[in-house]
Amino acid sequence: MLQSFADRFYLNFIMDDRWLYLLNGLKTTLVVTFFAVLIGILLGFLIAVCRSTCDKTGKLKILNSICKLYLTVVRGTPVVVQLLIIYFVIFGSVKIDKTFVAILAFGLNSGAYVAEIIRGGIMSIDNGQFEAGRSLGFNYPQTMIYIILPQVFKNVLPALANEFIVLLKETSVAGYIALEDLTKGGDLIRSRTYDAFMPLIAVALIYLALVLLFSKLVSLLERRLRNSER
Amino acid sequence: MKKLLAAVLAGTMISACGASVMAEGDVLVMATNAEFPPYEYHEGDEIVGIDAEVAALIAEELGMTLEIEDMAFDSVLAAVQSGKADIAMAGITVTEERKMTVNFTDPYTTATQMIIVAEDSDIATPDDLAGKTIGVQLGTTGDIYVEDVEDATIERYNKGFEAVQALLQGKVDAVVIDGEPAKVFVEQNEGIKLVDEAFTEEEYAIAIAKDNEELLEKVNTALNTLKENGKFDEVVAKYIGDGEAEEAETETETEA
Repeated sequence: MLQSFADRFYLNFIMDDRWLYLLNGLKTTLVVTFFAVLIGILLGFLIAVCRSTCDKTGKLKILNSICKLYLTVVRGTPVVVQLLIIYFVIFGSVKIDKTFVAILAFGLNSGAYVAEIIRGGIMSIDNGQFEAGRSLGFNYPQTMIYIILPQVFKNVLPALANEFIVLLKETSVAGYIALEDLTKGGDLIRSRTYDAFMPLIAVALIYLALVLLFSKLVSLLERRLRNSER
Repeated sequence: MKKLLAAVLAGTMISACGASVMAEGDVLVMATNAEFPPYEYHEGDEIVGIDAEVAALIAEELGMTLEIEDMAFDSVLAAVQSGKADIAMAGITVTEERKMTVNFTDPYTTATQMIIVAEDSDIATPDDLAGKTIGVQLGTTGDIYVEDVEDATIERYNKGFEAVQALLQGKVDAVVIDGEPAKVFVEQNEGIKLVDEAFTEEEYAIAIAKDNEELLEKVNTALNTLKENGKFDEVVAKYIGDGEAEEAETETETEA
């Protein structure tokens, strides 16, 4: 039993340097997730500010409807379909870097969810905070940047972290456009060794480790942010 | 009553199996791995496919009855070698390595990996693939063989048609895929063609134990007869001729 376990470990990871598939896949997964998160945050903030400005002041009506349309489309369709559309339809006739396509697809997707999370955060801030800001002589953007958003960030951090955990795991469908991410790396090994157990469990453990590490970092950040409350 | 019936059935089955091992000479035992359509696969309780039917015809020629033993692909050759089976037919590719452990009959079919390229492509032979971007389907023989192509970037798609789509859109320079589906893809799409020279050519043959030269000769003779009287082609046409489009969709995986 133990011997066969060692044999299978050797066959799946050591032979022909198969562990490299997992390592390279992990790199791709991390790169895609990292940049997708950046795009997601940027896009999410912009949309959330835009939407809540419209809700509060009645300005930016056209921009608001564009944002709404974007949210409807992105949240209403599966990310795999969006990924395939971007790769095979939007960039249908050009040779394009697949990592870039994946970053774009997951970033655009994540942006929609982040936007709603942050908008929820902005709406949760008491209106008195706005009024206080304005009465101190801040204009609307200044109130937003210096008074509202710092409070928002702290409130939405748990929900935001949750979204990024989801995003990390969602990148596992990147294999649909033949991008060799972590999951695809496992699939590659599986197609060579015809063994399901080892590669799949290994891939699952790596994702789990990543999420645990990320959660730890977020909880550290949360604790630091709460220092200012005392 | 049902239980009794089951017991009787089980009894006859056991004795039937026992008999097959005992009555050497009358029964031709074939080892296979029946998960490889269209060569051998389960249909209901039966194992059917090109190999299964050809083996039955060979057994007929030899005046024997065929018995098929289904097992894992990696035990098929071992079964022949150890005498548990007389012949092995499982879409087995003839390789030098395998020739060291068993004897092969004359090959009865060839399976090819073909290269599909854009019509205006400068790729004319398999050697031209060096340094190009090649699309394949994950896990197929093509996927495994293109790893040896120098400096090539390999893009592994989940489905064969997606690799072809990437080729149509200029995302890859060539696609390496099983011959039969490749023909269908080229027929159905404008602007792509097959490279005349196959990427690889594999020959399938029947494996027989090293020390059983007599049977090897007999099977070769029977195989020749079947090829000459057209019965062999009939079987192949039955499974491949009509099923081309279907095969392209389900995408054959190559186990050898």
